[in-house]
Amino acid sequence: MSVTAETGIIGGIAAKFRTCPATGLKVDLAAERLIKANAVAAIVFLAIGGVFGLLVALTRWQAVHLLPSDLFYLVLTAHGLDVLLVWIIFFEIAVLYFASAILLNCRLATPRIAWVAFGLMMVGALLANITVLQGEASVMFTSYVPLKAPPNFYLGIILFAVGALLGCFIFLGTLVIAKEEKTYEGSIPLVTFGALTACIIAVFTIASGAIILIPTWLWSLGYISHIDTVMYKLVWWAMGHSSQQINMAAQVAIWYAIPAILLGAKPLSEKVSRSAFLMYILFLQLASAHHMLVEPGISSEWKVFNTSYAIYLAVLGSMIHGMSIPGAIEAAQRGNGFTNGVFEWLRRAPWNNPAFAGMFLSLVLFGFLGGISGVVLGTEQINIMLHNTLYVPGHFHATVVAGTTLAFMAITYLLVPLIFQREIIWPKLAKWQPYLFGLGAAGISLFMMGAGTLGVSRRHWDITFSDATLSFDYPPAAFLMLGLNGMSAILAAIGGGLFVVIIVASVLFGKKVDASNIVAALGPTPQKQMSDAVKSYGNAGTFHLPGTYILVAIFFTAFVLYYFVNWKYLSELWQLG
Amino acid sequence: MAKTKSDAEESVRIPPMQRLLDNHFLLLFLGVAVPTVLYTLWGVMELSQIPIAE
Repeated sequence: MSVTAETGIIGGIAAKFRTCPATGLKVDLAAERLIKANAVAAIVFLAIGGVFGLLVALTRWQAVHLLPSDLFYLVLTAHGLDVLLVWIIFFEIAVLYFASAILLNCRLATPRIAWVAFGLMMVGALLANITVLQGEASVMFTSYVPLKAPPNFYLGIILFAVGALLGCFIFLGTLVIAKEEKTYEGSIPLVTFGALTACIIAVFTIASGAIILIPTWLWSLGYISHIDTVMYKLVWWAMGHSSQQINMAAQVAIWYAIPAILLGAKPLSEKVSRSAFLMYILFLQLASAHHMLVEPGISSEWKVFNTSYAIYLAVLGSMIHGMSIPGAIEAAQRGNGFTNGVFEWLRRAPWNNPAFAGMFLSLVLFGFLGGISGVVLGTEQINIMLHNTLYVPGHFHATVVAGTTLAFMAITYLLVPLIFQREIIWPKLAKWQPYLFGLGAAGISLFMMGAGTLGVSRRHWDITFSDATLSFDYPPAAFLMLGLNGMSAILAAIGGGLFVVIIVASVLFGKKVDASNIVAALGPTPQKQMSDAVKSYGNAGTFHLPGTYILVAIFFTAFVLYYFVNWKYLSELWQLG
Repeated sequence: MAKTKSDAEESVRIPPMQRLLDNHFLLLFLGVAVPTVLYTLWGVMELSQIPIAE
């Protein structure tokens, strides 16, 4: 592998590159090392957070009821912290560096500051984790005041967020370098535009976090006497829910990237896909409002505007991506020669390639489970049935686990050969991994939503209320749902564990990749060479997509039916007459 | 027929929407300002008007 030194224009800073044998792109070695560091940190915290998640599910399974109440809340806090924040954001920083320095063929801005950012994130994540594990910060991920954690819990999250914010500005700085040094022509590639969308949402998210967590830290230290609980909740959710919208934008960028790399898929319309990302930039963060829908102190105008008008524009963006991505795959597969019938392109897709299988499963599970349930939760009237029930974690396990985590796992199968320059070892095992994890994650999501629909509260350790003064009996089906949730969690844990073992073993012991085996290392694909679709601007050039139209019609039918089923539930909740 | 200068300018004129989408720092401003005004500031204004219990 040849390494050459080139001199950048801005500041005359020398940057060392290698040339990727698959894409021909110059890979800044400083960016490559940072991508590796952030991705490895992410996967370590995924493993830790995943174990905590399994313990939570085995406690909710009443027949097992593994942990005592104090440990349950400790583990639940650590699970939320590690997987909703640490795993996801470490990986997103890796995606931002990949989508800027690598795809734009330029050097990364300020790699030394990027290492400082990584250090801040690592110290923050460790500090918050240690504080939680010491047992005095079982305030759960939301840390609603007046629950008070030790100052180091808030400080850890603040340090982590400052590091992530630095990473965002390094991404933006890299875009400036690429433009100044003219490493691309016209507009940035769509995948980079998706990463830009994630970065913009991250800036709002982290700023909101600073606004609320710095005063809360000072309150924990004793310098501030009082934090208003509802005000805290409002501003905290501008961080708490928007942080999941960063995932959304990043995972959609990955949904475009994987078919582009493996199949040569181009979006049906660059303009329309970019406009859909613009909808995210403007409106996606407003989904935070659904957490405030039962607060009596906020007007219906605020609630209805933020959830039932503005957020539908973001949902429209998702629907555009939801059609554009399978459409791009169909167009590319038809171009690759799979033209028979309506669905040959789908049947003959590389389902034994874990990157493609993970990406497509992520798309389907996110849309059908996470997307539709998100709209249900975002509707003021039907939210009242489901607010603070297990339906909410059911929804976000569909979005963050079946959607984002599976998408991030899928792209990792390509990052290992492209960035770590190693082959995936145990390819037969890797082939099954996305299916195991996807099936488990779908089960977790569905069964928690089922329990939530039966009224099971979101955070209760013991739904039998065995030591309560006033007893309450949930229907037996709720216990069945939580049992099935526990079994699904075991399946997801096996799939997640396999992912961690395969990736770590591949990075450490995988065969070295060079020009002779790079395309084979990307896994089974219909193309003999890697397409440049991921790094260029261009449309698929066809709308002859009969299979995609049928898939979209199935999705809309499911959406309409499920939405109105919930209105029927609502009518049964409050009997009139 | 050779293109006039105005024809050439017309052919390279970038549509306003594309100029918006290519202006990353304007998008950053919009992506922070819109939710700050519609969600955070509007929400804080409403909560700050709730009378304090006596």
